[in-house]
Amino acid sequence: MPRRSSNSSTTDSSPSPTSLPTASGKGGIAFKAPSIKSNRLSQLFSTSPRSKSGFQTAQLPAVGSNTPPTSAPPISSASLSLPTISLSTATSENSNMDEPPTTLFQPPSPEEARRLAKQHAQFGPIGHPSHRYSSRHPGGPFPEPVMDEPPYYYLLTTYISYLILIAFGHVRDFFGKRFREENYRHLKARNGYGALNSDFDNFYVRRLKLRINDCFERPVTGVPGRYITLIDRATDDHNKHFHLTGTTTDTLNLSSYNYLGFAQSEGPCADLVEDTIKKYGISAVSTRSEVGTQDLHIEVEDLIARFVGKEASMVFSMGFGTNATIFPALVGKGDLIISDELNHASIRFGARLSGASIGMFKHNDMKDLEMRLREAISQGQPRTHRPWKKILVVVEGLYSMEGSMCNLPGLIALKRRYKFHLFVDEAHSIGAIGPQGRGVCDYFGVDTAEVDILMGTLTKSFGANGGYIAADKAMIDKLRATNSGVFYGETIAPAVLAQISTALRIINGELIPGQGEERLQRLAFNSRYLRLGLKRLGFIVYGHDDSPIIPLLLFNPAKMPAFSHEMLRRKISVVVVGYPATPLVSSRARFCVSAAHTKEDLDRVLTACDEIGNVLQLKFSTGIAGGAVPSDDMVPPPEKEIEWRRQQAAKITPPRWRLEDVIKRGTQDAKIPLC
Amino acid sequence: MDLQETQRLLSEHLHSLADLFHRIPGSAILLRYVKSSYQNDPVRSAVELFLFLFAVRYLLAPKYSTKPGVVKLSEDEIDDLVDEWTPEPLVGRPSPLEEMEVEKRTVIVGPVGPKSKLANGRTVVNLGSYNFYNFNANESLKEKAIQTLRNYGVGPCGPRGFYGTQDVHMKTEADVAAYLGTDACIVYSQAFSTISSVIPAFSKRGDIIVADKGVSYAIRKGIQISRSIVRWYEHNDLEDLERVLAKVTKEQARKPLTRRFIITEGLFESYGDMVDLPKIIELKLKYKFRLILDETWSFGVLGRTGRGVTEHQNVDAAEVDMIVGSLAGPLIAGGGFCAGSEEIIHHQRISAAAYTFSAALPALLSTTASDTINILQNSPDLVSQLRDLTKAMWAQLDPRSDWVRCTSAPENPIMILVIKPEVVAAKRLTADDQQYLLQDVVDECLANGVLISRLKTLHDNFEPKQDIPPALKVCVTMGLTKKEIEKSGTTIRHAITKVLSRRK
Repeated sequence: MPRRSSNSSTTDSSPSPTSLPTASGKGGIAFKAPSIKSNRLSQLFSTSPRSKSGFQTAQLPAVGSNTPPTSAPPISSASLSLPTISLSTATSENSNMDEPPTTLFQPPSPEEARRLAKQHAQFGPIGHPSHRYSSRHPGGPFPEPVMDEPPYYYLLTTYISYLILIAFGHVRDFFGKRFREENYRHLKARNGYGALNSDFDNFYVRRLKLRINDCFERPVTGVPGRYITLIDRATDDHNKHFHLTGTTTDTLNLSSYNYLGFAQSEGPCADLVEDTIKKYGISAVSTRSEVGTQDLHIEVEDLIARFVGKEASMVFSMGFGTNATIFPALVGKGDLIISDELNHASIRFGARLSGASIGMFKHNDMKDLEMRLREAISQGQPRTHRPWKKILVVVEGLYSMEGSMCNLPGLIALKRRYKFHLFVDEAHSIGAIGPQGRGVCDYFGVDTAEVDILMGTLTKSFGANGGYIAADKAMIDKLRATNSGVFYGETIAPAVLAQISTALRIINGELIPGQGEERLQRLAFNSRYLRLGLKRLGFIVYGHDDSPIIPLLLFNPAKMPAFSHEMLRRKISVVVVGYPATPLVSSRARFCVSAAHTKEDLDRVLTACDEIGNVLQLKFSTGIAGGAVPSDDMVPPPEKEIEWRRQQAAKITPPRWRLEDVIKRGTQDAKIPLC
Repeated sequence: MDLQETQRLLSEHLHSLADLFHRIPGSAILLRYVKSSYQNDPVRSAVELFLFLFAVRYLLAPKYSTKPGVVKLSEDEIDDLVDEWTPEPLVGRPSPLEEMEVEKRTVIVGPVGPKSKLANGRTVVNLGSYNFYNFNANESLKEKAIQTLRNYGVGPCGPRGFYGTQDVHMKTEADVAAYLGTDACIVYSQAFSTISSVIPAFSKRGDIIVADKGVSYAIRKGIQISRSIVRWYEHNDLEDLERVLAKVTKEQARKPLTRRFIITEGLFESYGDMVDLPKIIELKLKYKFRLILDETWSFGVLGRTGRGVTEHQNVDAAEVDMIVGSLAGPLIAGGGFCAGSEEIIHHQRISAAAYTFSAALPALLSTTASDTINILQNSPDLVSQLRDLTKAMWAQLDPRSDWVRCTSAPENPIMILVIKPEVVAAKRLTADDQQYLLQDVVDECLANGVLISRLKTLHDNFEPKQDIPPALKVCVTMGLTKKEIEKSGTTIRHAITKVLSRRK
């Protein structure tokens, strides 16, 4: 397939009169006006005229006035004193989103406009004070996420697609190995050396992944904030090698784990990081246990411990490394690890190194876990039947491929009965979930004392790098003397620590009161808004309502590159994942929502999905997972709403909302249960 | 009910059943097929009916476990066992040595430099950090890091495969490859995790690894997780290596050819001594093994311009299949790298766990690595100055002390000082005793204004166990003058003498 040009200048090359140049001077796409054409499919740029005018009004006060918003509760005297971030000040005053720009508008000076454009490309100003929501478990039993299934046609064609791909691959291998031997050098034994890679293991990479390689490892530059700048590349040899074309494309970023929007090159975080580099230099140049512990480390460890609600914590320079080194320090021979089947590779890496026995239970299935616990405790170790010394159950707070959260209340109930130790990996959930952003414990209102060890990464929500372990002080003290990451791993750099500490203090309200809360609530709103919108348009979406990770199911393998290219054409960058990261049939695109996105951004995503969904036939949900059209226009008052919705659930019709309705009703409906 | 009535009812039922059967679409074909194929052969019909019934019975039979040794227990019994079971605590109590480890941790307030301020307010000479070239105090590096910060923010917020590959990473990879003279290079986001991932990316179950007994913890972990067949040779004993290689080659002669690797270090983490690379290359070529060389401690240190052991011993870097190194040590950036041929690097981008499943290196650390490599490349006198200082420190410690000797190579700015075997024997010191004594030495040095550290080692669960002699670790830094280095060396020597002679 010829690589589609990412340059969509046919329709959107002319900037609108109000457009502001971006820092890079390439006419940042954030501010390009959509061309208004009657044919929706030919409209490559995705913002609808309606939302565009809303966008302009949102821009206006941001550049024109510094008036604090009337309705956003936590203000902003502090944030006014820090001019580089104007989250709250950018709030629109009037709730009427349709009001056109008035002639009183004074264009800002070019320099100011550039600065603002850069700032807004990293973190979009909130469009309306109602675009906030506090994520919290509503109580009651934790619902299993409903796994919708497409019609059998799609499953069947998916299997057939893989069959064809594999058959073609083998045919090409057959001839390739005979006529193009130089391409298979690394798969064959030569001159007495064994083959570098196994032919069989390499087949998938060589024959399937290579076809869609241009969707992966796209090089980027600049801040991975609300927008991300892709460096364009092209290939002459069918994705084997890429060469840079020298141009860049600004795209809306739904691919980075930037949940709270702390990926910023200005603002309080970056300012403190700069001061820290000036004061501390770039590195601590040692390991923690030798002489690499600085006052900054102690300070950040204290902050993290207080933030997650544990007595003590320790930080590491890599999230993967944190998991890879913690398990050997916790468990060993004679111990049992029971791990969720979808746990991250780093957990499996660490668990394998630990020497403990490893069991697995079905993803998030508490019944299966209980069965396995009963079997493990009653049968003891294999062959010897001695009781296990201890059992460690390992789960993730939020699963990065599924968007599902662990059933923490269920786990705690089992823990009380079966006395196992609980390890929760909050790589994605810390900062992203819970009314205060403190992860799954916060979300479910569970006392953190119930979880033995909380692990998390600092890469995702805090815009930094590294990982942490939090537990009781006695435990951490012991781990400081037994964890290899402390002994041999390089120390986390002072600059990164500064980023973490500023981000944490903003979230907990110590710095710029109100901003942390705003970020958390915007993330929660954005997550629910986009999820609801996709459900209503008729897509199959996995995961829980409040999860900022939204996987959109594609199924057929050929739809992965098609979806990625179509999104790129509309200047939206998304991640597509397929086998082996997911089960063979359920290839998916994954949206990572951020607090830096505005509602207009998400509307742009919905518009793009709507168009692409029609072309690629992706709208095949049955409606059991939510998004169905309410039977009539009568919606009962909010207090009876849940009950009413339950009754509605009996007669489900597949939801295929019109885009306009989705956008019109999204804001209010995103705040009620999404089913 | 009489017999006739029953018969009538039965035939009626049969009739209606047959009727029903005929109404099923395709039933006529089935009937015709059965009739024509069986040709009224009752024996065959009976056998097939029997088979059919057997299949039904088999399918309906209750499932039984195929796991051996499972004891059947009733639910009540299981409940009792659950009640009875008392697990051990997740982490046990710390041993005295571990307590000391945590208690004696030094905390530096402010920047790490040749003279660092400690939490107790004292400023001491810092001979514990790997800040050999004192790049950490370099203002232009800081300035460049800040520039990167202002363009990229701090974290890349994603793994390399999904929009985490920034242009600065590609530049650093190209810089390292060009510096070493290899085809390609891949950058990981933590040096410690690099080799542990590189080894299992290539060496799988059934492959053969021949490794030095004294390799670092990270290499051991990599070997452990690869589940390959491992043969060890005596630390830095190349005759033993040849013996092992010959033996392995002989053993495997009749078996299908698998991947074979030699794994060793350039400068050893635990001993400080240097590998004889030309000899290893000769052996590797002779026995057709691939070589994985860990240059974590030699990259940026050895050779005329710091290219590592390949430059130091005049070996073409392309002869080594994989060179693994660190950007976090003297280069003051972060992360590790693996350099090698295009194929080797490309394979890691898909199958090295620490690369694919981890967030990318922060941009400002990546540009710092590029910048420090550039400095080293353009100022070879830096490396030679460092060697002079190392020599000066060495002269203060190794030849003059009655108590310790330095196992490091003379070029190594990290001096590993072990207690002389005769002292250990005379005083009957166990490994733990030595650790306590060395900690006393560290404390004594600190009291005299010099910060050094012990060689920190950790026992793992991988057989065979590794016994690394307890040691002191002294790192030279160019932030100090030769006078200061010599003075600190004397201080360290006196502290050693004082502590060790006190011990009866």
